[in-house]
Amino acid sequence: MINWMSVQTIRNVFSVETGYRLSDDQIVNHFPNHYELTRKDLMVKNIKRYRKELEKEGSPLAEKDENGKYLYLDFVPVTYMLPADYNLFVEEFRKSPSSTWIMKPCGKAQGKGIFLINKLSQIKKWSRDSKTSSFVSQSTKEAYVISLYINNPLLIGGRKFDLRLYVLVSTYRPLRCYMYKLGFCRFCTVKYTPSTSELDNMFVHLTNVAIQKHGEDYNHIHGGKWTVNNLRLYLESTRGKEVTSKLFDEIHWIIVQSLKAVAPVMNNDKHCFECYGYDIIIDDKLKPWLIEVNASPSLTSSTANDRILKYNLINDTLNIAVPNGEIPDCKWNKSPPKEVLGNYEILYDEELAQGDGADRELRSRPGQSLGPKGGRSRDSGRTVLTTWK
Amino acid sequence: MSYKWNHVASLQRPEIKLESLKEDIKEYFKISGWEKKLQNAVYSELSVFPSPSHPAAPPEHLKEPLVYMRKAQGSWEKRILKSLNSMCTELSIPLARKRPVGEQKELLNKWNEMGTDEPDLSLFRPVYAPKDFLEVLINLRNPNYENGDSLSFRTHLGLIQVPLKVKDIPELKEFFVELGLTTGQLGIDDSTQVPPELFENEHVRIGQKVLAEQDSAAAQQYIRQGSPTALRAELWALILNISSQPEDILYYEQLKTNVIQHDLLVDSLIYKDVKLTASNDDYYFVFEDYLYQVLLCFSRDTSVLGHFAYNSASPPKSYIRGKLGLEEYAVFYPPNGVIPFHGFSMYVAPLCFLYHEPSKLYQIFREMYVRFFFRLHSISSHPSGIVSLCLLFETLLQTYLPQLFYHLREIGAQPLRISFKWMVRAFSGYLATDQLLLLWDRILGYNSLEILAVLAAAVFAFRAVNLMEVTSLAAAEAVLADLSTLKVMPLLQIFLFATVT
Repeated sequence: MINWMSVQTIRNVFSVETGYRLSDDQIVNHFPNHYELTRKDLMVKNIKRYRKELEKEGSPLAEKDENGKYLYLDFVPVTYMLPADYNLFVEEFRKSPSSTWIMKPCGKAQGKGIFLINKLSQIKKWSRDSKTSSFVSQSTKEAYVISLYINNPLLIGGRKFDLRLYVLVSTYRPLRCYMYKLGFCRFCTVKYTPSTSELDNMFVHLTNVAIQKHGEDYNHIHGGKWTVNNLRLYLESTRGKEVTSKLFDEIHWIIVQSLKAVAPVMNNDKHCFECYGYDIIIDDKLKPWLIEVNASPSLTSSTANDRILKYNLINDTLNIAVPNGEIPDCKWNKSPPKEVLGNYEILYDEELAQGDGADRELRSRPGQSLGPKGGRSRDSGRTVLTTWK
Repeated sequence: MSYKWNHVASLQRPEIKLESLKEDIKEYFKISGWEKKLQNAVYSELSVFPSPSHPAAPPEHLKEPLVYMRKAQGSWEKRILKSLNSMCTELSIPLARKRPVGEQKELLNKWNEMGTDEPDLSLFRPVYAPKDFLEVLINLRNPNYENGDSLSFRTHLGLIQVPLKVKDIPELKEFFVELGLTTGQLGIDDSTQVPPELFENEHVRIGQKVLAEQDSAAAQQYIRQGSPTALRAELWALILNISSQPEDILYYEQLKTNVIQHDLLVDSLIYKDVKLTASNDDYYFVFEDYLYQVLLCFSRDTSVLGHFAYNSASPPKSYIRGKLGLEEYAVFYPPNGVIPFHGFSMYVAPLCFLYHEPSKLYQIFREMYVRFFFRLHSISSHPSGIVSLCLLFETLLQTYLPQLFYHLREIGAQPLRISFKWMVRAFSGYLATDQLLLLWDRILGYNSLEILAVLAAAVFAFRAVNLMEVTSLAAAEAVLADLSTLKVMPLLQIFLFATVT
């Protein structure tokens, strides 16, 4: 039996108090502590920890450039927790006082509670010393993260957009994940302007459909969405094939790295699988940035095309999670045959990657077939063969 | 361009010998790249202008040799203009007016986001839609041709009843020989299952070489097998002989100034068209603002009037208010002589995937229009004209899919009623963009629109099984409503080269 649960229910099912035990034939669509990846503050924490570990090990992945920025692992915009890191944030803010930052509540979704600031005064109440602080600093419910706002997003037709990609994880150790081929771009309905007067206009800056849906220009036929294939065609036509392939390779890379970062702390319960919604923004230098990962990506649809996509998504997800539509047995090896992948492609398979160094046969053409790339492995001591270095 | 003057100056030096001057100049052209540019320019003219005709032929013959076609085009134009004028009078809006300074400023500020403007367009209607035009074509008759009332196997059962020469499949196979089964194609031989070493890699390499040589004719030949996505923008520019010179950018800016200063009635028609078509399209909605920037300028571009020398259509004439009939006060309206119809903006939309610089996008579109697109909405006997395309489509179906053709006719679903809109729009908005671009590659490569008719027939052939089961026009429309999953090259190849005839 497949139990499709909300995050609320998951918390109850796996909580120590209830003493609920899943039987062998029950599988469930979340990992117990998925929030290590899906809460904005924990995701950043885990990635920072992962990077430090690699640095300590002397791994080539953790290489830095002359400015001290990670060469291969700098894919999350500079982020601080508030109020915990308030002072650190202020230091960073003062370094570039004309920059814009985005405040996001840790526990909310759909763009709720997000706002932009460009002056310290706008976030006074998160200051730890503030007497007017109505915060209980330990309360995780009111916690915010503040990240450097990417104010040079890649624009198409003058509009800002972000990428929503679906990634299915069937197991964290060994890491086995799949990328849904039919991701999409979400466009803002209003023309992008970095001007400070528009900071309050959420229609300009946030691409969540939940917000865009209420804009005056929201179109219910295409829903302001493009397929990833359209994006690819546009970029290849206007920028060239190499830089486009490099961009997509980097996107795959950052997804895999983010999963590797949380893999050690994930409760790899064999009853679990999970389909995440990755939000990625591309800047005008064609560098992708990981904005956040969603545990319950919206499965409602805003257009007819959307409905078909989400239906196929659920269908393909279940086909991988449960082989042959049979009664699930959580003891199976979680290695589905190629035919059931549907619109999913193997993004990274740790077992296969470790198994043979010469796994090139799974890569047919750049950027299109994913396959385990090169000799990337868990101990990351070996040199990594990636296509973009 | 300074090197040019250096070389000219050098021609005045004493080393230059009169005896070898001719050879020296030829040599100079070659090394400076001007020979190539001249060749491309000449090639361009050859592609666009019809071949020289009888010296005694009047200029109308260049436009359209057949009198009855000219007459039909003339009456159609009168109808369009009447419709435009009556809309004008009804709404009490002038055809053109100068904008007050305040409005000019506002428009200039909003130039990059005209899509957010929401003028009240409810009272505007498109001047005509493709189906209105189809009715005119259906009623075309050659007064010198006697069909005879008796039906024979030669009787054409379709809607078009004029005797124009169209190619049959053997002739098409010869014409489109590079699309054959044994020649590599992009759109087929670059799919993920095919190893790139077999065709794609070499094809890309050749494409890069063609671009390096800057040879229009070679590019046109090359693109018959399709263009790699990364090279397409440059290849099309090379074939159309477009290079963005400073004077071109200046010209575009001038047009933009015209838009700012004067408001035309057709502007509202353009807005309406974009809002009705491209804004709702899954692929092109993103580029809405570019469409205004191109089409509004296009309406004011008098250089477009040049193409009427070989277009059967003529630019509508209007008169300054109060001076009706006085030739001194006649102006072409709109300034470029082209009245947009429902779906016109879809000619521009796919180009936005290739060019994001407005003046380049503009130039490419203008050239595509005066080479190809104008033929899709004017009445002429040209093999790439819409009348010939319709007849080609119907003949292909009747000859090679007679059962299907007959069945559809019987249930009142004449195939042309469904495929007409595809051909008029050159399939823009019906096919997925990557497929559309592969199709337009071939239009450029063969310098002909006949491929549109062949594709239309191939689509019917592909869905023949389902179509045989329908019993009404509406049901037939439904079977053919969604072409977005079709792969054009396999369809064309199968229809032309792999169907038993």
